[in-house]
Amino acid sequence: MTEKKLLMGNESIALGAIEAGVQVVTGYPGTPSTEALETIIRYADRCGIYTEWSSNEKVALETAVGAAYSGARVLVTMKQVGLNVASDPLMSLTYIGVTGALVLLVADDPGPHSSQTEQDTRAFGHFANIPVLDPANPQEAYELTKLAFELSHEFEIPVILRTTTRVSHSCGDVELAIAEPAPVEASCEGFTKDRRWTIFPRLTAERHPWLEDMQVQLSERFSGLPYNSLSGNGKIGIIASGVSALYVKEAVKGFEELFTLFRVGTVYPFPEKAALSFLKGIEKLIVVEELDPYLEEQVLQLTGRAHLPVDIYGKKNGFFPVSGEYNVDLVIDGINKVLADLGEPSHLSHASPAVLREELPPLPVRAPTLCAGCMHRTVFYAFKQAAKQLKNGSQVETIFSGDIGCYTLGNAFPLNMVDTCLCMGAGMSIAAGLSRTNPEVKQVAFVGDSTFFHSGIPAVVNAVYNGADVTLAVLDNRTTAMTGHQPHPGIGVTALGSASKAIDIANVVRSCGVEFVRTVETGSLENCVEAAKEAMEFKGPSAIVFKGKCVGITKSGTRLTIDPEICTGCGFCVKQLGCPAIFLPAGEDKPLIQDSCSGCGLCAQICPSGAIREDGVKE
Amino acid sequence: MKYDILIAGVGGQGVVLASRMFALAAMKAGFRVSTAETIGMSQREGSVSSHIRIGDEISGSLIPTGHADLIIGLEPAETIRNLPFLKKGGKILVNSHAIPPASKPPGSPEYVPEALLAFLEAHVPGILCLDFTQLAEEAGTYRAANVAMLGAAAGTDMLPFSKEIILAVLETEIPEKHRAVNRAVFEGAIKKIKLSSGHPDQEQKVKSNV
Ligand code: SF4
Ligand code: SF4
Repeated sequence: MTEKKLLMGNESIALGAIEAGVQVVTGYPGTPSTEALETIIRYADRCGIYTEWSSNEKVALETAVGAAYSGARVLVTMKQVGLNVASDPLMSLTYIGVTGALVLLVADDPGPHSSQTEQDTRAFGHFANIPVLDPANPQEAYELTKLAFELSHEFEIPVILRTTTRVSHSCGDVELAIAEPAPVEASCEGFTKDRRWTIFPRLTAERHPWLEDMQVQLSERFSGLPYNSLSGNGKIGIIASGVSALYVKEAVKGFEELFTLFRVGTVYPFPEKAALSFLKGIEKLIVVEELDPYLEEQVLQLTGRAHLPVDIYGKKNGFFPVSGEYNVDLVIDGINKVLADLGEPSHLSHASPAVLREELPPLPVRAPTLCAGCMHRTVFYAFKQAAKQLKNGSQVETIFSGDIGCYTLGNAFPLNMVDTCLCMGAGMSIAAGLSRTNPEVKQVAFVGDSTFFHSGIPAVVNAVYNGADVTLAVLDNRTTAMTGHQPHPGIGVTALGSASKAIDIANVVRSCGVEFVRTVETGSLENCVEAAKEAMEFKGPSAIVFKGKCVGITKSGTRLTIDPEICTGCGFCVKQLGCPAIFLPAGEDKPLIQDSCSGCGLCAQICPSGAIREDGVKE
Repeated sequence: MKYDILIAGVGGQGVVLASRMFALAAMKAGFRVSTAETIGMSQREGSVSSHIRIGDEISGSLIPTGHADLIIGLEPAETIRNLPFLKKGGKILVNSHAIPPASKPPGSPEYVPEALLAFLEAHVPGILCLDFTQLAEEAGTYRAANVAMLGAAAGTDMLPFSKEIILAVLETEIPEKHRAVNRAVFEGAIKKIKLSSGHPDQEQKVKSNV
């Protein structure tokens, strides 16, 4: 019996995987991929699935590979930048292949809404010789997940299910084949020793022709699949994949007789046969795709090879933007540009809004900011003070290197405490690099607890071994906050919530050879400033583990109030901290503290006149 | 049939929950549906909007400019931020309860809610504007302003499904312990909207009470 449910793309991927008999699921949280693994965690016990949040994507993939070598069906989840971390084992895995089945969910983030890059995983599939499926909505995400497992099992290769934010984070009515996930029945045969599992130059040489031949076979197979479909029979061809195909459908509404749309759901290897039969008879082709000109390059080389007289309009000749997220309006503009170029009289029309964007009054900026009561604010502020004192005392400047997590927001006004930020785990290594070229400057690196375990440790080892003079501040808020509070090895709880051995960050840092290691609670600003100063004055690598709790997982304390009698209206609290709970009403000079105050007490510690107090106002 | 709804607000106001209610109600009424949430980097205090597309066929989840049939604004500035999505003749339901941004980065304009509400009233004829936060508070909790606005939308018959359908969804989606209060808020809003607009079908401006 089928059943319709309202599902987020990530949830439908999870249900598709469970239906496909997934037995092991690993991943590292990363927006917009996170909910896929979280959904599987909800069913893990009932369905007998092993799930874990691994310490990084490389480890997640390698763990999954071990299970797949034993014949299990496995899923690994990550975002596009996570794929870079996992790429080392992945590039070798393609040569070796798997038994069972191995599917990677990789969520791209055109826009980008919350990422360091706009990289396109379709191109990565091409680079790595891994088939890539590209669903357009939650329904297709569910179906293509099942297909991915089938293909992986049949061809013994890893398969990438590539989504984008508008697929992963969109909700839709999804028709499920099975109403409620049932216990997974498949059992795996276990690991059989075989030379095929040990990569070696000779094996690589043997397997490479197989791998290349596989691309040809897959391209053949894909050409016959219904996920590559034609609609319309107009003289102008359009090719699109993923959610862009839906934008095209909506953009050409009412003009369908002018266009023939070829939607590609299996993007790599490119379904050449199906594409060729579409391209025959088409003289003008529009390519609509977010990010890389991936489809465009495929059709360019295909039409060249087949000597087809097709004019191709896409990113390469400037008809469509080469970066950023697409939408219907942008697709209409691009198609209209092509139509104008063709001398086509009919142009697609935009809807006319009630109010034009240009007519809007100036609106207040809602800049991303650390939460009210966030412990990171205390630490950043403490280092700011310590650095100021250092500068005043001995004219020494400080450079602050950040990392990836909520605390990247330490770059925001008024803290301005992130001078560099590159990728997960890079804060400490960049600071070490900076120390070589700026010997007169103090280096401080911030790292979150989850990021520390993800890829921070090797950087600490390296800094110690090579004697870099860097102070590491570990912002231990007891969770992976930015992606929705997943546990990590420092927490002592597994993905399923059972107790496990917590790994103590201070001990790890110590065992890496750092001689100055302190642990400080973030409740007292003074202690934090003291510790920061001492660590910065220490010659050689030093570290402080700042312990506090993410306000997202703790009950708020007592809300603070500002006594208007005592407050002098100096504005120090507003201007220094950027706590969203303190606000200055328009036209007033004395600030107020709002409901969202979590009672961290930081503002009370900096108010020069002692006007901020705990007044026992409880939520 | 096609009906596009955009809900706009600030993190923590329940934009996502409200859009889930609409999507479930649309499914119950037999339509296809897709939603998209646009959430910025910040966990709290940031702008949040949710697009809900209801109809007979599947489209991308983002509403194109000038297509929304209804904007539900949980906050005045966020309503205006999303105004270009509203089609000519589209409807607006706005909560007059303003949430000024806490920190004021250099260059950020002053937030004067009265001016923004006046702008809305001048540019979109027949907006429905009330302090839904206060209304929700009177019925039990200020946190249920989103549910009050669902009720108001249902009460003015602007949606492609009945208020009974939304109420049924509310019953299944809201945890047991908050159900009674949310039902009260929902029904309170329906009554208040009917009272203030005289006739349920006739759109009439309700004086804002910022
Ligand atoms: S105590 Fe002060 S700094 Fe802390 S959350 Fe409340 S207002 Fe913000
Ligand atoms: S720092 Fe103290 S005195 Fe100055 S504005 Fe804030 S509450 Fe008033």
